[in-house]
Amino acid sequence: MKRKSQNITNRIWSCSAIAVILILWQAVSSLGIVDSFMLPSPVKVVQAFVAEFPQLMEHSVITLAEAFLGLGLGVLLGFVMAVFMDQFDKLYQACYPLIVLTQTIPTVAIAPLLVLWFGYEMTPKVILIVITTFFPITVGLLNGFKSVDTDSVNLLRAMGAGRWQIFWHIKFPGAMSQFFAGLRISASYAVVGAVISEWLGGFGGLGVYMTRVKKAFSFDKMFAVIFLISIISLLLMKGVDLLQKKCMPWEKE
Amino acid sequence: MAVLSVKDVSKSFDDEKIINKISIELHQGEIVSLLGVSGGGKTTLFNVIAGLSIPDEGSVWLDGEDVTGKPGNVSYMLQKDLLLPYRTVVDNVALPLIIRGMKKKEAREKAASYFEEFGLEGTEKKYPAQLSGGMKQRAALLRTYLFSEKVALLDEPFSALDMLTKKAVHEWYLDVMEKIQLSTLFITHDIDEAILLSDRIYLLTGKPGEITKEIVIKEPKPRRKDFNLTEEFLEYKREILAHLS
Repeated sequence: MKRKSQNITNRIWSCSAIAVILILWQAVSSLGIVDSFMLPSPVKVVQAFVAEFPQLMEHSVITLAEAFLGLGLGVLLGFVMAVFMDQFDKLYQACYPLIVLTQTIPTVAIAPLLVLWFGYEMTPKVILIVITTFFPITVGLLNGFKSVDTDSVNLLRAMGAGRWQIFWHIKFPGAMSQFFAGLRISASYAVVGAVISEWLGGFGGLGVYMTRVKKAFSFDKMFAVIFLISIISLLLMKGVDLLQKKCMPWEKE
Repeated sequence: MAVLSVKDVSKSFDDEKIINKISIELHQGEIVSLLGVSGGGKTTLFNVIAGLSIPDEGSVWLDGEDVTGKPGNVSYMLQKDLLLPYRTVVDNVALPLIIRGMKKKEAREKAASYFEEFGLEGTEKKYPAQLSGGMKQRAALLRTYLFSEKVALLDEPFSALDMLTKKAVHEWYLDVMEKIQLSTLFITHDIDEAILLSDRIYLLTGKPGEITKEIVIKEPKPRRKDFNLTEEFLEYKREILAHLS
């Protein structure tokens, strides 16, 4: 009960902060301090959002399809890699630096290459998302596997459990919270990755829409799509939280 | 014949001998304590008996079979309950059965059938975090028992409990042991606990650790409630203290 009321007070503060920013923004725009063509007021953005809603939804579907496909494959790849790297130490030592290296390559830098190699369809976008999303999953799971309590592992060994039984009964469930922490990050990466890859070519999606409205200098529509992307990311993260609660019922109390 | 016998076991780590020529016999239904100071090699011996580490010399026999260095025969219980936080109590307790290949449903039913006997009724669907320290140790003992009905190793299982809880758990423990007749090797540094619970006590002393004395507690079981206040009890305690110092 106490926790709940505290949660509400926290929310009051964060909501008021957002409200203050919006009011300031509206004021700056309406008072003409910044040209309303350069910085459309929040009201204008909302109007653009409503007017463009059918278009935005159409493009969202494409972006979301790419994001989910890429995220799904990325999670699968990340999971498989983490499991094998955990079970085989030599593989860990060989692959870990490589994996870290892939993360130093900026997404924007390889996206054009992927477009050249795989064309304007979905493939390059999904590949890019896989590359960006598997990493948090692999690292999260690996840390989770490694942080397992050795006394528990020994107890299961004494009970005659084999390597995979130990994995299934201790390591995997023990790494769940780290897995979900990774998944939260990956989910938001997936949307951003989809949008970035769409900038560089494609036939639909929020990124394509963004490049179009940018060329038309429709700043209000630009802001509308930016807000939509953050809303989608937030919803996905919320979805991951719900999934985590569902999968980890013991964390409730 | 002894259910468990440890024959002349020695073990060194980094050229330092930890235990030297340890021999222990445990008979059916007996509770035998291994009493010694912390860091005296109790846990090393324990790992050897559990099959988790291989002794430099000597062997471990279970029911006439050589199980030296072979895990999967003797289960144990530690000061830490090691209940998995993400499994309900009944699923935790059923774990050894599942590892042995029993079907989940069957394992759960078998585990649940012991809950009343162990004073755990009503906790089946709870998670370990919702249990008190004493209840967690009860569940841990049941898990140990379900692993092997023959022999169990208990390594300072109750030393993390506060005094009053400990007293209640001791009574419960003797009561359960009377019913299930589990042969137990009980490792402890608590002299009172050793006298109260055991049929025999081995004293582990020195560096490297050796068994230097064996004491038989003649007090019949089930034991008097006030056994720990009797003259006999004090006499055993004096004898042990004199030997340890």
